[in-house]
Amino acid sequence: MSSIGTGYDLSASTFSPDGRVFQVEYAMKAVENSSTAIGIRCKDGVVFGVEKLVLSKLYEQGSNKRIFNVDRHVGMAVAGLLADARSLSEVAREDASNFRSNYGHNIPLKHLSERVAMYVHAYTLYSAVRPFGCSFILGSYDQDDGPQLYMVDPSGISYGYWGCAIGKAKQAAKTEIEKLQMKDMTCRELVKEVAKIIYIVHDEVKDKSFELELSWVGEVTNGKHELVPKDVREEAEKYAKDSLEEEDDSDEDIM
Amino acid sequence: PTLYSANWMQFITTTIMAVEYDGGVVIGADSRTTTGAYIANRVTDKLTPIHDRIFCCRSGSAADTQAIADVVTYQLGFHSIELDEAPLVQTAANLFKASCYRYREELMAGIIVAGWDKRRGGQVYTVPVGGMLVRQPVSVGGSGSTYIYGYMDSNYKPNMTKDQCLRLVSGALSLAMERDGSSGGVVRLAAISETGVDRQVILGNQLPKWSTA
Repeated sequence: MSSIGTGYDLSASTFSPDGRVFQVEYAMKAVENSSTAIGIRCKDGVVFGVEKLVLSKLYEQGSNKRIFNVDRHVGMAVAGLLADARSLSEVAREDASNFRSNYGHNIPLKHLSERVAMYVHAYTLYSAVRPFGCSFILGSYDQDDGPQLYMVDPSGISYGYWGCAIGKAKQAAKTEIEKLQMKDMTCRELVKEVAKIIYIVHDEVKDKSFELELSWVGEVTNGKHELVPKDVREEAEKYAKDSLEEEDDSDEDIM
Repeated sequence: PTLYSANWMQFITTTIMAVEYDGGVVIGADSRTTTGAYIANRVTDKLTPIHDRIFCCRSGSAADTQAIADVVTYQLGFHSIELDEAPLVQTAANLFKASCYRYREELMAGIIVAGWDKRRGGQVYTVPVGGMLVRQPVSVGGSGSTYIYGYMDSNYKPNMTKDQCLRLVSGALSLAMERDGSSGGVVRLAAISETGVDRQVILGNQLPKWSTA
């Protein structure tokens, strides 16, 4: 899958002979090196979970957030180069704000993700700039459209999803997500499952401690995107840890 | 706008109104455009389509309201194609407000925006001179409106049917046309709902009669 693009990989304005733009692919590698973020859409909202690796014990708890508020009803979870992601969150915020100012209502998530994807795509066309090294998942809830989930990657495409994962353990996370019947679940049930998936895909050996960042938007929050309250988060983490222990126990029985 | 330009005097007249009902809106207007005392057009169509299910009723300067309606029609059409869905009445109303407020010193326009969208059904928004925006279940505008506030206050009830609304609007407009020298001609009506727009004209001799003379 990965090959050396010697000579054809120096700028985003060059195709390789086999039709690839290597700079964009390298940008996606940057995302794959980052820790995992997942977003899942259920019948009454959207839940985000991010495995935030703690690189130093000196960090203040809750710093370097990877989940942003783009508008009251829209949340964004990111993976990849955090600085690139922050700058894109500003772009998304401005877009959502201008829409509301011009048209008088909340921006539909499909439109917002297409607009931000178009912006990301623009940076894959010129040699004077480099592509954004981050992917992000946008989620929203409103009365009329219900819950929505979109993902944008460094190449500038956006797709709608019921569940998606980005970052180093995205394959493992996707496998876990596919096991869920999310269309029938509520946010409260889903929050626990999201926490469990993050705990499952976290690699104890390679990465040491991590903080679980959880956020949601849906009927349960009256359409406002916010970090999950402390008691719900603790309950979800306890459920996640207990499930992992159960699995360990059952392994021992099989001899 | 100066008082000395004859052009400005064109169309400061009118009675326009719009009423919400469950499933849509009924809008109506008279058909008189004046330049001073001369009736420049006695069969004017003041009900202007902005999109498939969104109309506006124009009062004030004919030129100003036509220009604003053209701008909003363009903006709303573009927005609708970008979103790939039918636009909201609220969006159209906000676009009217944006133009009417920004250029409030240069314009003389009192506009009622009414239509149907699948999110909130039938809606009426009024954008009077000055450029404020407010949603109302019933709205009247134009110089003739002053004569029918009492009629509307006593005869409008919430949850009326489409036919009751049509009778209310045609009755109110003919009352205003009788009393207001700047309103007259025929009554133009339109009923907008999910299924489409149904337009009618009520000619002078078919109008409801309010006096025995």
